[in-house]
Amino acid sequence: MNSKIQAKNLNFYYGKTQALKDVNIEIKDRNITALIGPSGCGKSTFLRTLNRMNDIIPGTHVEGVVMLDDKSIYEKGVDVVNLRKRVGMVFQQPNPFHKSIFDNVAFGPKMLGMHRSVNIDELVEKSLRKAALWDEVKDELKRSALTLSGGQQQRLCIARVLAVEPEVILMDEPCSALDPLATLKIEELMQKLKENYAIVIVTHNMQQAARVSDCTGFFLLGELIEYGRTIEIFSRPKDRRTDDYITGRFG
Amino acid sequence: MLWSRFVAPRNTQRAAMVFVWSAGIITILILLTIIVYVLVQGIPEIGWSFLTTPPKGGLAGEGGISTIIVSTIYLIALTIGILVVPGIGAGIYLAEYAPNNRLTRIIRYGIDTLAGIPSIIFGMFGFALLVTALHLNFSILSGALTLVCLLLPTLIRTTEEAIKAVPRGHREGALALGATKWQTIRHVVLPAALPGIITGIILCVGRALGETACLYVTIGSYTGMPTSLLDPGRTLSLHIYYLAMETNAFEKAMATATVLIVAIIVINAITNWLSYRFQIKMRGRLS
Repeated sequence: MNSKIQAKNLNFYYGKTQALKDVNIEIKDRNITALIGPSGCGKSTFLRTLNRMNDIIPGTHVEGVVMLDDKSIYEKGVDVVNLRKRVGMVFQQPNPFHKSIFDNVAFGPKMLGMHRSVNIDELVEKSLRKAALWDEVKDELKRSALTLSGGQQQRLCIARVLAVEPEVILMDEPCSALDPLATLKIEELMQKLKENYAIVIVTHNMQQAARVSDCTGFFLLGELIEYGRTIEIFSRPKDRRTDDYITGRFG
Repeated sequence: MLWSRFVAPRNTQRAAMVFVWSAGIITILILLTIIVYVLVQGIPEIGWSFLTTPPKGGLAGEGGISTIIVSTIYLIALTIGILVVPGIGAGIYLAEYAPNNRLTRIIRYGIDTLAGIPSIIFGMFGFALLVTALHLNFSILSGALTLVCLLLPTLIRTTEEAIKAVPRGHREGALALGATKWQTIRHVVLPAALPGIITGIILCVGRALGETACLYVTIGSYTGMPTSLLDPGRTLSLHIYYLAMETNAFEKAMATATVLIVAIIVINAITNWLSYRFQIKMRGRLS
């Protein structure tokens, strides 16, 4: 399996506070990689370094290298817009825009100028189908996206990401605001999506990590303590701290 | 703590209820008294001829207010037309672009201070700079530019607050899709902030309608029909002042005041209706 993203000696700072310490990780293509750890351990911060979303927070800086395929994404002259097109992101709180369902999905392609070369109606339908939302909304694409349920909104946000045809999908606790049924739907969807995309998911829910992911990384206090195949992390963790965390002794 | 040892919570609860209710009722009564007083004296004077004839002037205060209404509309339209672009632009700058540093804090402090300065001081500024130095004379243009200075702080700050109230998730969602910062502002943030910004503009219209002191020294007191923006004019609120102070036609002042009050009520109703429509369109429901 090819590696899609590689971080080498990655350090991250909010002002003078170091949030990530020397993180080294290799994320595989067409795999689901779960990042677990207690609150404030740096897992979300790490996720946001992968599409440079931390750039918008003033006073932060990065050291080290993040490679997407074989290109470093923090080098000078890197087109952040193009990076974020290739590395999509789904957030913890479903964040549909105050627009219709159709316009939400069409937003990314329009901003990127894709609508000049592709049929936007087809692209919207294709994206909504991939996000397993099409059947529920096909007759009311003009309706406001805010009338959808939380689970539907989150799948709309996934459809919105898929519409810009990314290669990697980052998910920052995508189910923490959803009920168990909606969570199940998102998890099924992730299984389908991993056939075509590399997925990185941050989750607080260890059962979820165990259920859905192929590889798991455990973060603690800004360090990547242990990283490997999910089945091994959860059955034979090598580090004592990982063991303590997954058996619920802290966190 | 000591207090509650001597007075039962049930009684303090009752006392609080009585106090809050009477405060509310007194406020409403005062408001109603003023409005009813004006309307009762004003409405009998209002008729088609009052609205469609110009004032005749003189101590008797004969005539209507047609030219006054036209001057007021010209002034408000011109003021808002000039105000909107720099006001909203500066609001966007402060909310989205200004770095969080000393200079920005000084600018913000300056804007807040300007918002609290009495309007006659803006009037003196307009008189010295526009009317005298720039030879715009007493004119609708001088009045509008003065009003713009007076209202800019209000519009800037309401725009800034409206933009800041847009959840961070919307910005991040758009940026994460590869939208540029300006695309994010233009297509996601501004539409979501629009009801707040429109409310800010209407607030400015309301204040412009009521403003008297700074116009007294910039727009003049001409009662004829203005034919250009460089003509002087007289607004409804100024006309009320002149009628009350320089004529015997107190009932005409009340009639003009009635027109002004109705205009403000209509503007408020339109605003409410607009933001109601907007909420339904954007959220599919009322929040």
